[in-house]
Amino acid sequence: MAYPYRDDRETTTILSRHMGEPEARSLSGWLERGGYEALRKAVQMEPDEITEVVKESGLRGRGGAGFPTGMKWSFMPSEPSGPHYLCANADESEPGAFKDREIMRWTPHLLIEGCLIAARAIRAEHVYIYVRGEFFPVIRVLNQAVVEAYEAGYIGESVCDSGWGCDLTVHIGAGAYIAGEETGLMSSLMGGRAEPWMKPPFPAQRGVFGAPTTVNNVETLASVPGIVMNGSAWYRQWGSEKSPGTKMWCCSGNLTKPGNYELELGLPLGEIIHDVCGGPPEGRKVKAVLPGGSSTAFLTADELDCVTTYEGLQEAGSALGTASPIVLDETAEIVPAMRRIAQFYAHESCGQCVQCREGTAWITKILRRIEEGDGEPRDLDTLYDLCDQLTGRTICVLADSVVFPLRSSLDKFRHEYEALMRRSASVAT
Amino acid sequence: MSRRLHPAVAGAQPFQLAERDPDAPLFGSEEGRERLEAILSRYPTRRAALLPLLGYAQELHGWISTGDMEEIAEVLELTPAYVWSVASFYTMYNKHPAGRHMIQVCTNISCHLNGAPRVLEEFLEQTGTVEGETTEDGRFTVLEAECLGACGFATAVQINDAYHENVTPEKVAEILASLDGPESS
Repeated sequence: MAYPYRDDRETTTILSRHMGEPEARSLSGWLERGGYEALRKAVQMEPDEITEVVKESGLRGRGGAGFPTGMKWSFMPSEPSGPHYLCANADESEPGAFKDREIMRWTPHLLIEGCLIAARAIRAEHVYIYVRGEFFPVIRVLNQAVVEAYEAGYIGESVCDSGWGCDLTVHIGAGAYIAGEETGLMSSLMGGRAEPWMKPPFPAQRGVFGAPTTVNNVETLASVPGIVMNGSAWYRQWGSEKSPGTKMWCCSGNLTKPGNYELELGLPLGEIIHDVCGGPPEGRKVKAVLPGGSSTAFLTADELDCVTTYEGLQEAGSALGTASPIVLDETAEIVPAMRRIAQFYAHESCGQCVQCREGTAWITKILRRIEEGDGEPRDLDTLYDLCDQLTGRTICVLADSVVFPLRSSLDKFRHEYEALMRRSASVAT
Repeated sequence: MSRRLHPAVAGAQPFQLAERDPDAPLFGSEEGRERLEAILSRYPTRRAALLPLLGYAQELHGWISTGDMEEIAEVLELTPAYVWSVASFYTMYNKHPAGRHMIQVCTNISCHLNGAPRVLEEFLEQTGTVEGETTEDGRFTVLEAECLGACGFATAVQINDAYHENVTPEKVAEILASLDGPESS
């Protein structure tokens, strides 16, 4: 294994195949590896043909929501009455996720190629890649690749000499988690605060600059060239009927071998944690896992036989999210971990909706109080009450994102909260 | 540095660097005018150039003053209050001069599980500052950062434009010593 994050199963290296090869970053190195062949094929195809292949492949959005990509594209008007835009969401900021960064820093041309193919499918004239501002080294690599691709005619007035033109601009954020939400991203791209807006209208009707827009995650777009090149049946040889293909798994927390692993969808979660990542260090036991990033519900050590598909993790009471399992072993404490998660969402709330702005802040304060031994038993009722008040009542799902881990931690690890209460009760008497 | 940037990337230059030229005018120079034109050419509205231009101001000056915001407001035909409302929303824009070495320690969940609070404490202790403040000699600003997107390499620390990964408290002294070498640019 040349690259520490590559799984050694031969079948599962679509996205990560060239990770760890610095030469793959340059255009010449990319072309030597079969780069831009899928784009050359796509410019000869009709837009709806491309959408159809992606629809048949069953590819689902990799940014967290898991919406079918081909279907999303098909919502775009087929007869443009003005410009269409594609936004590549590279604002990776869900705690636990670090996959888009790896795709862009090792294989920037894979993303560019995916962007151009998607742009053709949705009849977009301009692609904006919205990159998280903190990713300085990644931005340098991506910028270099974009300039090279322009100079070689893979982006610009006539893509691959086809007569079809498309521009691409790299746009960088400035440190706002909520800019990763699709309407927040578009608000930010238009020169505003990254405040999400109500849907409908959906982006395909009225998106950035008032024009029909599709927002796709980096990993989704990076999956597209392989599908266009090899067909939908090829992609469906991996994964399940409802969750085909492979997925980057960002594994972190208390693990012997944390990192990015590209895996076929559908392995048991326990296999990823133990066999692929070596389990927690020093033979310690798993206590809890946030399987899809910090905004998904906790699973306990007894629930790790669930299957890692969108539907499998949903049945288990959690979500695939960004496929970023965060593992807590027996030495980790649930309350401080939950407080740290809540603190993040409180910091990143954009402040438009009262429930979210106030709720996330109060949750953090109460959790801190409990953590410091000053909690009272009724605090748990208040936390449950806040969970109810924050669910489904806001413009975007940031508030819901803190409820999933919080409610599950209260349900499954109530004893840890109560132990801290008892500590405070015994101090008081 | 004056090499002309391709318009596709002119608005996307990493900007949280040590200051390049604190006194340089934003748009009075040829470079500034070129950057402005290149950025404007990529968007259908002038307002969309706001974030790229705030980034440019910080890249040049190391931080964004109210004077910079006024200048940007003028070229984009926005009000200074609007520009301030946007600049204040984003954490990466420095509204005050920062230290030459901006040290951001991620303490979010994956790093937290791997001892990040101790790494943060160690940085604060060895630089002799408190979180969010700059040392008197202007060398260091130490900040607690939200997720830096390097969760598999905990603890992640970003210093100016460079990522330091798998940082433990024991490595802090070595990292700080390496910063006293030639300025990174």
